[in-house]
Amino acid sequence: MKKESRKKLVMSIIMAFISVIYLTPIFLVLMNSFKTNDSINMDTFAFPSEETFVGWANYIKGMTFGNYPFANSVAYSFIITVASTGLILICCSMAAWYIARVGDKVCNLVYYLCVFSMVVPFQMVMFTLSRTADSLGLNTPWTIPIIYLGFGAGLAIFMFVGFVKSIPLEIEEAAAIDGCGPVRTFFFVVLPMLKPTLISVGVLEIMWVWNDYLLPYLVLDRNKHMTIPIHIQYLRGSYGTVDLGATMALILLSIIPVIVFYLLAQKHIIRGVAAGAVKG
Amino acid sequence: MTALNSKLIRRPIQRYVWLFLLPTFAAFCVGFLYPFFKGFYLSFCKFRITKDATFVGLENYKIAFSDSSFLYSFAYTAVFAVVSLLIINVFAFIVAYILTQNIKGANIFRTVFFMPNLIGGIVLGYIWLMIFDGFLTRYNTAVVLETKYGFWGLIILLCWQQIGYMMIIYIAGLQAIPEDMMEAADIDGATKWQKLWKITIPNMMPSFTICTFLSLTNGFKLYDQNLALTNGRPFTGTGADQIKTTQMLAHNIVEAFYASARNRGPGQAKAVVFFILVAGISVAQLRFTRSREVQQ
Repeated sequence: MKKESRKKLVMSIIMAFISVIYLTPIFLVLMNSFKTNDSINMDTFAFPSEETFVGWANYIKGMTFGNYPFANSVAYSFIITVASTGLILICCSMAAWYIARVGDKVCNLVYYLCVFSMVVPFQMVMFTLSRTADSLGLNTPWTIPIIYLGFGAGLAIFMFVGFVKSIPLEIEEAAAIDGCGPVRTFFFVVLPMLKPTLISVGVLEIMWVWNDYLLPYLVLDRNKHMTIPIHIQYLRGSYGTVDLGATMALILLSIIPVIVFYLLAQKHIIRGVAAGAVKG
Repeated sequence: MTALNSKLIRRPIQRYVWLFLLPTFAAFCVGFLYPFFKGFYLSFCKFRITKDATFVGLENYKIAFSDSSFLYSFAYTAVFAVVSLLIINVFAFIVAYILTQNIKGANIFRTVFFMPNLIGGIVLGYIWLMIFDGFLTRYNTAVVLETKYGFWGLIILLCWQQIGYMMIIYIAGLQAIPEDMMEAADIDGATKWQKLWKITIPNMMPSFTICTFLSLTNGFKLYDQNLALTNGRPFTGTGADQIKTTQMLAHNIVEAFYASARNRGPGQAKAVVFFILVAGISVAQLRFTRSREVQQ
């Protein structure tokens, strides 16, 4: 018994050590975002010293770097992520309820098309999709959620249908007998029961949309609207001499909301990701 | 399913099809169905914009398969996907196994290992580019100067991002193993190794299937990380024979569309090949999982 517990302690220590290594990249970004460019290049792993410490200079430079304010990119990333996730959750849960409860030939067809869309890589549709979005005027941060709804509907509908089918029909029947119409039944009876799946799907969609690069890059008008990944790629890709300090500052700023979100909703995130992986 | 539905529920819902189903279906048509079929059709056309398309039959596919950069990226991606699959899954399983042995701090470790998964591919690429270059600069070289650095760099990056993710799936699988099986083995005097090989691993087969296929498709679809870390560098050859030695399949396809603006047909043909490949892997996964379920 004693030997066993000592073994476990050793394991804990090893894991703690690996955890520290695991967090090092984030720490390096934090550290380097306060250093001069030369120092980042030559002494990436050194702490900022008196000569190499530049305070908030990299952050100030990063905010206005490249003729496009970083704050705008952050704002657009927020708008697009929140609007797309909200739209997907409402529309897909409604559609999934309809598909599961009506279940005629049309519903089955739509359902199988959704499942099919889950295995199609984005490159297959990207050119025609960006053209379609352009011609329909869906190329702004306020309209791009419709594109996300269309391309992301597959997984969401698949997960919602799976859950709706497990809800006993009697509850909805009771609501109908009490005089609830379908709209009220859905919003006041079904939707509250969908909460666990709403959270799982919501987490998956937030992670997808927030980090997505290629879709907004191709669909949005890049002179007017950028998101955080587009902004960072734009700074690195289109300038001859890269300002590493400013880039590190922006990278850190873009990771902070992600880490806060993770620490606040860790349980839901891990559960949502596991649910999505097992099904998708 | 349909038989269970009472008319009480079904009929009234059907009257609201315009509210429940149509908006999502319309968006699905715009965001997926139309672009998919149009894209499929365009792979048989010579075109620059979607309106000037002229039908050329299989010409684009011939061009795509005689494009050495495409074939190279195909092979490179396949090797990359298999290597990353093996490394990620071995480590993820080991970590998951250790974390389910009731050790102190398991929850904190789990939190830490999963965290990189939330960071986007572009940002990940630039974080690791800084780290690799900070290390390699001592030897007067850089990630973008040698193919092997680009390859193993991307492997390390992907491990950092995805081990935590696969670990979560393995932990769920490990916790689902029935307790009484382990107790029975204990009573029979099984050692830890015997329990691992005879009970844990056979019971984990569904998790292994999911994770293997997930990492395989992830490897094939990798784009953002590839773009940010090396962008295909270093290059060899010139002109039409130029090969970007760390370019992966998805990157090659995007470039075929947007770098050569004259004829996008071959790019779309490559995309169709890519789609068939990825869809094929997914169908294989489904079959594999199904056949296992029947056995059990």
